[in-house]
Amino acid sequence: MPTLSYHRPSSIAEVARLARDDPDAKLLAGGQSIIPSLKLGLLAPSALIDLGGLPELRGVRLEGRSLRIGAMTSHAEVANSPEVRKHVPALAHLAAGIGDRQVRNRGTIGGSLANSDPAADYPAAVLGLGAEIRTDRRAIPADSFFKGLFETALDPDEILTAVEFPLPERAAYVKFPQPASRFALVGVFVSLTGKSVRVAVTGAGPCAFRVAALEQALAKRFAPESLHDITMPADTLNADLHGSAEYRAHLIPVLTRRAVTQALA
Amino acid sequence: MSSTRAPLIGQPVERKEDYRFVTGTGQYTDDIVLPRQTYAAFVRSPHAHAHLRSVDVAAARDAPGVLAVYTGKDLTSIGGVPCGWLIHSIDGTPMKEPKHPILAEDKVRHVGDPIALIVAESAREAKAGAALVEVEYDVLPAVVNLATAAASSTSVHDIAPDNICFTWAVGDKAATDAAFARAAHVTRLSLVNNRLIPNAIEPRAANAHYSPASDSYTLYVTSQNPHVERLLMAAFVLGIPEHKLRVVAPDVGGGFGSKIYLYAEEAALVWASRRVGRPIKWTAERSESFLTDAHGRDHVTTAELALDADGKFLALRVDTIANMGAYLSTFAPCIPTILHATLLAGQYATPHIHCQVRAVFTNTAPVDAYRGAGRPEATYLLERTVERAARELAIDPPELRRRNFIRTFPYSTPVGLTYDTGDYEATLDRVLELADVHGFPARKAESERRGLRRGIGYSCYIEACGIAPSSIAGALGARAGLFEAGEVRVHPTGKVTVFTGSHSHGQGHETTFAQVVADKFGLPLEDVEIEHGDTAKVLFGMGTYGSRSLAVGGSAIVKAADKILTKGCRIAAHLLEASDEDIEFRDGAFRVKGTDRSKTFAEIALAAYVPHHYPIEQLEPGLNENAFYDPPNFTFPAGSYVCEVEVDPDTGAARVDRFTACDDFGNVVNPMIVEGQVHGGLAQGIGQALLEGCRYDEESGQLLTGSLLDYALPRADDLPNFRVETVKGTPCKHNPLGVKGCGEAGAIGSPPAVINALLDALAPCGVRDLDMPATPLRIWQAIEAARAKR
Ligand SMILES: Cc1cc2nc3c(=O)[nH]c(=O)nc-3n(C[C@H](O)[C@H](O)[C@H](O)COP(=O)(O)OP(=O)(O)OC[C@H]3O[C@@H](n4cnc5c(N)ncnc54)[C@H](O)[C@@H]3O)c2cc1C
Repeated sequence: MPTLSYHRPSSIAEVARLARDDPDAKLLAGGQSIIPSLKLGLLAPSALIDLGGLPELRGVRLEGRSLRIGAMTSHAEVANSPEVRKHVPALAHLAAGIGDRQVRNRGTIGGSLANSDPAADYPAAVLGLGAEIRTDRRAIPADSFFKGLFETALDPDEILTAVEFPLPERAAYVKFPQPASRFALVGVFVSLTGKSVRVAVTGAGPCAFRVAALEQALAKRFAPESLHDITMPADTLNADLHGSAEYRAHLIPVLTRRAVTQALA
Repeated sequence: MSSTRAPLIGQPVERKEDYRFVTGTGQYTDDIVLPRQTYAAFVRSPHAHAHLRSVDVAAARDAPGVLAVYTGKDLTSIGGVPCGWLIHSIDGTPMKEPKHPILAEDKVRHVGDPIALIVAESAREAKAGAALVEVEYDVLPAVVNLATAAASSTSVHDIAPDNICFTWAVGDKAATDAAFARAAHVTRLSLVNNRLIPNAIEPRAANAHYSPASDSYTLYVTSQNPHVERLLMAAFVLGIPEHKLRVVAPDVGGGFGSKIYLYAEEAALVWASRRVGRPIKWTAERSESFLTDAHGRDHVTTAELALDADGKFLALRVDTIANMGAYLSTFAPCIPTILHATLLAGQYATPHIHCQVRAVFTNTAPVDAYRGAGRPEATYLLERTVERAARELAIDPPELRRRNFIRTFPYSTPVGLTYDTGDYEATLDRVLELADVHGFPARKAESERRGLRRGIGYSCYIEACGIAPSSIAGALGARAGLFEAGEVRVHPTGKVTVFTGSHSHGQGHETTFAQVVADKFGLPLEDVEIEHGDTAKVLFGMGTYGSRSLAVGGSAIVKAADKILTKGCRIAAHLLEASDEDIEFRDGAFRVKGTDRSKTFAEIALAAYVPHHYPIEQLEPGLNENAFYDPPNFTFPAGSYVCEVEVDPDTGAARVDRFTACDDFGNVVNPMIVEGQVHGGLAQGIGQALLEGCRYDEESGQLLTGSLLDYALPRADDLPNFRVETVKGTPCKHNPLGVKGCGEAGAIGSPPAVINALLDALAPCGVRDLDMPATPLRIWQAIEAARAKR
């Protein structure tokens, strides 16, 4: 039977060393994705390196015009953080809509982003706000972080340490939940900062993506009416039991309109 | 206890069992760890249909901790999983009844079909061992779609080359056809009753133990009917003496039908426990439950309703294909026939009804009774059809129903049942009031201001519960009686233990039954304990399903309690030096009529066990009585439901905004428990209507909705605050409690109300039809399709 070792290091340097020395080891954050994968036998790492002993990875800080959220900050902490609620309420709302209470108390922003589930919520916010991903070795702009299905720009032994969100003028996230899992069947994050508009979509492709056509229309005028005759092509979108590609294509502009309305409210 | 007290019957007494459930001190099968416990895992087929070319267990046998490995080849000396009903086809031939092996022999017939049993020191080692079994398959094409199963060139079983298990019918076809010929209007509808996966919160589990000392077996198992399980297991599967097998169903965390049946895993464990010489435990993982618990519903139906110019129903014609799955589960053949077609009169005096049911085999998990069992399918097709007819004829849907209600009782339907009593007008009137139907237009306008479409839908259901008069059941194909047994044991101190053959797995019998007995004897509730679920304690039992426990099991207890009182009167007569006829039992005491001389219940109990002054010549000592109760008829709970939905036409998202239920359950023993049962039933019915849909891949037969990530169970926030009321009602005329049963009503009555409401909401969009589950995707597609047609 396969055995699994467990480490709980107390410095990032030690995490890095453990990860480098054992390519089959996996980082453990909130365990809300990795533990189910272990139980189902989808994953058989040699070791788990628990990030729970690193308080420096935890917490929300306002740094000038951006909000720095540590990788090990739980969804519940983000949802309830006074800073987040004040400066990016859309992000607090997003975090409050992830999973259920237990999942929000355990699951972390770093784990969610490193995992890059195609239907996860945070990727929409990271792309939709143009955030920067901080790791133990570099900073990665959101636009080059998500690479594909469960695939990111992180190197195998790279440690995500924090996310820096620039503060938007207006932002909103609208999630249409898949009825069974309640992950996003489609989720749309919009933001307006100066003249720059971002529209990021999750749930509809292999990973979160931006929609240029919607951004351009909204850049002309940030109003729901700007989107009236925009349709999305369905051909590259996800299709499953819960939504055809056409349905997802239909939902993207509908939810974007709603998000814009909310952002303006 | 001779002081008068208010009756407990009718009071919302708090549930006695809840203390242990909410404090985590319940004892479920998986909680039971026996000395020298071992654990089991099953190797299961990853294919829907395949020949087994070889099964190599050598590596598994050598794996750490593994004690034994068995395959179908080891089990050839024992029987297969038996079926409890025999249905005959129209041409008189018996249904096709293929063998259901405990472990696959030459073929596997659905994904999850067990192939090998691994017994190990730990569950982990058993599972690891299972992964080492090497099976070579010749994969065969799978029969998946029930509608086309009969036309498939593949056969699930050799003895049913066209995959048809039986073609059965009820009703007068010629008279029905003739009525259609003279109809002013005919409403036609094709519909699907979606396949459901039960998902009790506690998965199936078993722990089997053989004792060489007594040469006997004990099986702890998640069962709704331990005695039936014992009978089937001993007599039909293992061929062991019935008295050498004890079956215990301890606390069971929900069943909904799925734990009625004898399952292969349980039989394999009992068989293997003797060979291994140690107790063996198995608890299903949730994924195994999805693959192997008997599923529910799964019908494809066409229904036609003939009406005259006044909207009176002339005739109903129904043609149904019902999925049996890969093997016949214990009750399977009776669900789409006896429990479905015979309910098609509903609440209406339709003079002619004909229903044909074709049952087919497919390479999917077995399908059997699930909360409501056949009756939801009947109610759904009938109430959808009636509401469609109302729409077509521009008659208010409640009004069309009213015109056709049965008003005189007893009423014999054209499909074989005799309703003893009912008052359908009363529940309809009351529900219209409770649901504030008059306020609907204003609510609709308000929804429209928010860009939402609101609709209202109705459903008037009837069910046949209190299953069942044994002679009728026998005539309809049951291979067993359907009575219930009870025993009332009065202890020397006047405290009482009641043994019932009913089984509680969420229904609250320990409270309800105690209320009945406490009232009977004038005792406080705490003085009565209810025991169930153990063949070594309870004399016999047919178990709990079909909303039968209080109506049949409760009646058996009442009968036994009456015997106690009769005997008590004779003891009292002796002690009080009166004649038997002069003694009456009133307010907790045996009294000499017209005098103040009396003996308390406890005094008589003591006298029975300390018979110093006792009519020992005429009467045995002790105070303990058994009774068997066979109901003379089914009971017929009925009610009216109103649902209001809001639909977001831009996304297809639908939400039940208001749900009002008004039921006639006859007499009610515990209104709080009844309300809870209705709430649970409504949740499951709304779940079926909006969320739950089991899907197999049409080609491969893989279960696509094999986990809670894809199979959507209703959650609290999917449901509105229900408005639930039971009317004073029409007590059942033929059981001593006047009760009818309430466990399934919600699940039976609600799905058509939800879909009818959705169709009302979407009528302005041109949507005329919608199948369950009406997911956002389906609703959006229906709106788009209607738009394209314009
Ligand atoms: C019932 C349920 C419902 C859910 N619903 C939703 C939902 O609605 N929306 C949603 O978005 N998500 C949902 N999730 C997923 C949840 O948000 C997870 O918490 C998240 O996806 C993973 O975070 P985690 O902290 O639990 O990571 P873990 O499970 O511990 O790790 C996930 C992966 O990321 C890697 N990793 C973790 N931290 C780091 C790091 N700092 N650097 C590099 N790699 C790292 C791990 O090695 C692993 O591969 C749900 C989960 C469950 C169980």
